[in-house]
Amino acid sequence: MREQVLHIDTNTFSDSVEAVGGIDVSFCYQCGKCAAGCPVGYEMDMTPTQLMHAIQLGLKDVVYDSKTMWLCASCQTCSTRCPQGVDIAEVMDSVKILMQREKKEAQIPDVLKFNQSFVENLTWFGRLYELGMIGVLKLRTRKFTQDLGMGMAMVKKQKFSFLPSFHGAREVRKIFSRVKKLEKA
Amino acid sequence: MKYAYYPGCSLHSTGREFDTSLLGVCKKLGVELVEPKEWVCCGSTAAHNVSRLMATALPMTNLALVNEMGLDQVIVPCAECFSKFKIAQHNVKTDKKLRKDVIKAIHNDCNDDVKVLHPLSIFAEEPLLSRISALTGRDLSKLKVACYYGCLLVRPPEVTQFDVAEYPETMDNVLRAAGITTVDWSHKTMCCGASFAVSKPDIVVNLSHKVIEAAKSAGADAIAVACPMCHANLDARQGDMATEFGTHPKMPILYFTQLLGYSFGFTPEELLLNKHLTDAEKVLANAALNA
Repeated sequence: MREQVLHIDTNTFSDSVEAVGGIDVSFCYQCGKCAAGCPVGYEMDMTPTQLMHAIQLGLKDVVYDSKTMWLCASCQTCSTRCPQGVDIAEVMDSVKILMQREKKEAQIPDVLKFNQSFVENLTWFGRLYELGMIGVLKLRTRKFTQDLGMGMAMVKKQKFSFLPSFHGAREVRKIFSRVKKLEKA
Repeated sequence: MKYAYYPGCSLHSTGREFDTSLLGVCKKLGVELVEPKEWVCCGSTAAHNVSRLMATALPMTNLALVNEMGLDQVIVPCAECFSKFKIAQHNVKTDKKLRKDVIKAIHNDCNDDVKVLHPLSIFAEEPLLSRISALTGRDLSKLKVACYYGCLLVRPPEVTQFDVAEYPETMDNVLRAAGITTVDWSHKTMCCGASFAVSKPDIVVNLSHKVIEAAKSAGADAIAVACPMCHANLDARQGDMATEFGTHPKMPILYFTQLLGYSFGFTPEELLLNKHLTDAEKVLANAALNA
């Protein structure tokens, strides 16, 4: 019987995670405290602890196929409680950033689309133009009826600004293009 | 007392009542807030998921504006912005390469000396704490409030340097100074679902519902918040909670500044109480009436 060979690339994967956010996952000793306190753990396919282990083992495909980092709410509970001082929330960000650089598919695409629509909105307006961002996001996710009721109630209460502001838009565009250049270098 | 003031995008839009009530309360307290003209978004929940350099450059370019105003302290009421400012300052202090890149990206100095403050921190200290007590005109001692801090004011504690991470009391102390009763409860710092507000609302409905239920079981009549995102999730999602869990929570969600303003005698209109999706006027009026 042939054994299935898993693609294991221990050094390079955890190193590239560290290169993005500066967090060394080898400090994790798998105590499970991050998994115990995670408010979104019930939705995840791997617990944060398991994700950390997979990164340690260099199981890049397993990590990239997981929903876990896309469901991280960045509440920082794990990073605050980790007895080893590992900033787990930063690791989640680092993996997401790597996946975007490598143009990988996100298991929760709506979250990726939200992040991208948000950042794109800033390059247009400098400050977030909420209605504009939601409009673009709806076009991308095609979920036009989701939250329609709440949205209308918020419009009725005049919660949104109807017109965007353009304060600092040019400055943000400049910063964005410099960041892109610096990140390529 | 004069501070720079960074309202952030939400306070000019969905969280306008936070902006209005904060400015009103500060004026009463003799705190002058000056807004830099060309501030930009802090990057909020999205930028740190896309680029670490971008997520650090945006707060730092805003802090450079504060410096140009000749001020060294900035008040940041939105917990999301507050956290992004604090994290950016922390990251440029600990990561030299990042610091260099940020300077190149913003064409300005990296200013990690500007003190980033949440309004709760200055309200909780003297002389403002006594001034709050002295200004209190309406008796709200019958009102039981659960102070909800959420995630980003308190975590990670070595970065935000705001109170005790697992069980903070700053907001409780401030509201108590205004004669409001605050309750001890379990979910002070549990997450409301935060940035999933539009991208994964089922999570928000579930987590925010837990927060509201916990406040109810502690006997609270209302929840006080210090973050426009927490407010949106807890207030505007109650209709969805009714659909999902069968009963409408009917829990008023108020910014702590609205509670302070109301205790000072401001009218509901001055505090934009009518902006909330879940009615918050009745509970205040009743508490004042029964005192």
